[in-house]
Amino acid sequence: MYFREADENREKENQAATQIQSWFRGCKVRAYLSHLHKKAIIIQKIWRGFTARALSYLNVTFKLHKNFCNPTQIQRTWRGFFVRKYIHNFYARKKYMEGLVMKNELVRRELDQLEELQKRERECLDMVKEHTAKVCQAHRLHHLLSTKQCPGVFNSPFRPAPHEMELLLRQQVKYQAPTRLASRGKACLLGIPSSTSSSFPETLGSPLIKTSRTYSSRPILPPIANKTQQQHLHCRELMLCLQTSYMHLEEEFSVRPVWIILLDYIQYIRTFIH
Amino acid sequence: MSQRLVQVFEQYQKARMQFVQTVADLANRQQNIELLQNAGVMSLLRPLLLDVVPSIQHTAALALGRLADNSEDLAEAVVKEDILPQLAHSMASQNRFYKKAAAFVLRAVAKHSPELSQAVVACRGVDALVLCLEEFDPGVKEAAAWALGNIARHNAALSQSVVDAGAVPLLVLSLLEPEMALKRIAASTLSDISKHTPELAQTVVDTGAIAHLAQMILSPDTKLKRQVFAALTQISKHSVSLAELVIEAEIFPAAISCLRDPDEYVKKNVVTLMREVVKHTPELAQVIVNCGGLEAVIDYLGNCHGNVRLPGIMMLGYVAAHSESLAMAVIVSKGVPQLALCLSEESEDHIKAATVWSVGQIGHHTPEHAKAVTTANLLPKILELYMNASSSEDLQTKSKKALKSVLQKCTYLPSLEPLLYEAPSNILKHVVCQFSKVLPHDSKARRLFVTSGGLKKVQEIKAEPGSPLQEYINAINGCFPEEIVRYYSPGYSEALLERLDDYQPA
Repeated sequence: MYFREADENREKENQAATQIQSWFRGCKVRAYLSHLHKKAIIIQKIWRGFTARALSYLNVTFKLHKNFCNPTQIQRTWRGFFVRKYIHNFYARKKYMEGLVMKNELVRRELDQLEELQKRERECLDMVKEHTAKVCQAHRLHHLLSTKQCPGVFNSPFRPAPHEMELLLRQQVKYQAPTRLASRGKACLLGIPSSTSSSFPETLGSPLIKTSRTYSSRPILPPIANKTQQQHLHCRELMLCLQTSYMHLEEEFSVRPVWIILLDYIQYIRTFIH
Repeated sequence: MSQRLVQVFEQYQKARMQFVQTVADLANRQQNIELLQNAGVMSLLRPLLLDVVPSIQHTAALALGRLADNSEDLAEAVVKEDILPQLAHSMASQNRFYKKAAAFVLRAVAKHSPELSQAVVACRGVDALVLCLEEFDPGVKEAAAWALGNIARHNAALSQSVVDAGAVPLLVLSLLEPEMALKRIAASTLSDISKHTPELAQTVVDTGAIAHLAQMILSPDTKLKRQVFAALTQISKHSVSLAELVIEAEIFPAAISCLRDPDEYVKKNVVTLMREVVKHTPELAQVIVNCGGLEAVIDYLGNCHGNVRLPGIMMLGYVAAHSESLAMAVIVSKGVPQLALCLSEESEDHIKAATVWSVGQIGHHTPEHAKAVTTANLLPKILELYMNASSSEDLQTKSKKALKSVLQKCTYLPSLEPLLYEAPSNILKHVVCQFSKVLPHDSKARRLFVTSGGLKKVQEIKAEPGSPLQEYINAINGCFPEEIVRYYSPGYSEALLERLDDYQPA
């Protein structure tokens, strides 16, 4: 029984086995062929690269690049590069113009400052001159000082406070015989009596005297410029020199408002009370 | 008896002294001079110069000096009466008052004209003055230096004679003296000597004057600064090497600060110095531009008015003339608006001519520069100056040159259009030429040209066939389609109407 089935199946199984075998053999061959293909491609690749490189070397050495075979062309290229970079450098010029604008602005500001300082110095000097003139006049009008009984011209009872001339007169209490103003010039400037009346400075505790003491111990202003230095003086150094000298002047001779003078007067009166 | 004799002599002496002093006082006032001349004062003073008493001598000399100072005739009379040789001779031996008075006389005589100065030189006055320069007294030195300055001022030959007498080293030494008046006079004399020729300036420079002058720039005295800058200007104006020597003394950053001085003449002299230096080479101009000189000069132009602006305007022109980068520097420092202001504010023709020249120098380099000039609306103004019949010839020539040179580089068409309407034919040629150069390439410009009526105006221009103007017009017409050109040609509406007359409706 089973032999009949086996006979019938034999053919089928044989065919199936053949098919399997044929497919497997086909796979093997295809794999082998593809392997061969790949290796062939590699070999061809290497060969073609080799030939192409050989050919391009020939090309380069015998068919030169058109910019470098012709000497005029080389010169042209070089000159164009050189001129654009070193002689007519556009970016350098642009930077220069921008730098110039900034420098101009800087110079203008410095000049403005300098002008301002000079103006202030001149005003200071004018004020000093005015004050000296007033003090000299006060010296000459010492006799108009008001007394306890009789108020002077500058101390009218209708005024709320005495005139500044009156205050100046009070500071020159002791009459000085007219000597050359230059010798007492420095002391005169702040309206204090000269060193001949020695008792006076000690009794007065006013800030006026303090400033005079510090003034006399202050160093003399430096000369406008040293001769050796001047040859190398730049604007900046000039500014510095001028600024320090102007600041000295200003601190010494700044305007004193009336109420400060009043305070001094009050203090002066107090010293007589105590 | 002898007492009476002595009295007589004393009286006579007092009388002489009084006479001389009164004449000296009277000679101070202008109105007395003629009267004194008519009274024959010259012949009376002459013997008093040889008087025994020294004070009478020098007062007489003082009176003579004042007389000669105030009137040229009297100065000539002094020369004619042969007083000068006597003065020159005795200057060597007398005291300092006499020397001062004698130097005063020589100065007063020399100041009027070259012939009188020649007379002073001929009587050996210069040698005597140079001897006075060696004195101790600063007053004597000042009088001698002033007299030498007056002599040297007139012409080169007289300056040469002053230099030959060896005055220059002594003058340079007196620059170093502490007295301000002496310094001023020495600086002014050096400036008078060096202003004539390069050789004289070189002689002055060889004695080392530049270094001393440079030191004095920073002094606070106004008049001294005026003279110092004037002297440096006269030295540097002759040649490149002298200008370079002046620059090497490193005055520049400090001199620019003097441009803010309250005194007008100091500022003017500084700007004149800058102009003379900048005139020579581009490198010198570059030095001044680099220390911010342009800005300072433009501020100066803004602050001052009138004749003193002239050196500033010329300086900008000279700077811009050298190269286009320097011209661009002027433009960048806002020089062109300032020059436009100057042009509109000033009324004198020579200042306007200088401004127009400067503008031309700035604008003629490249289209960028021309554009900067035209955007400041300067071209119509310059055209107006050119056309104005009352402008001087110089102004007209300069305007024409400036217009031509700027127009040849101008490619900014909107600003050229107003010129189409007003310009005369020789300027019109250049305007139309510029249009013909730009229009073929720029379509927006073509459209603008048509809509603003420029094309119409161009059609109305009559030009001879074959002239350059006609060629330019043809070139412009070639940029536009045929119909547009025909539409804008004059008389087109009449031509159309005539066609209408002939037209037969179908």
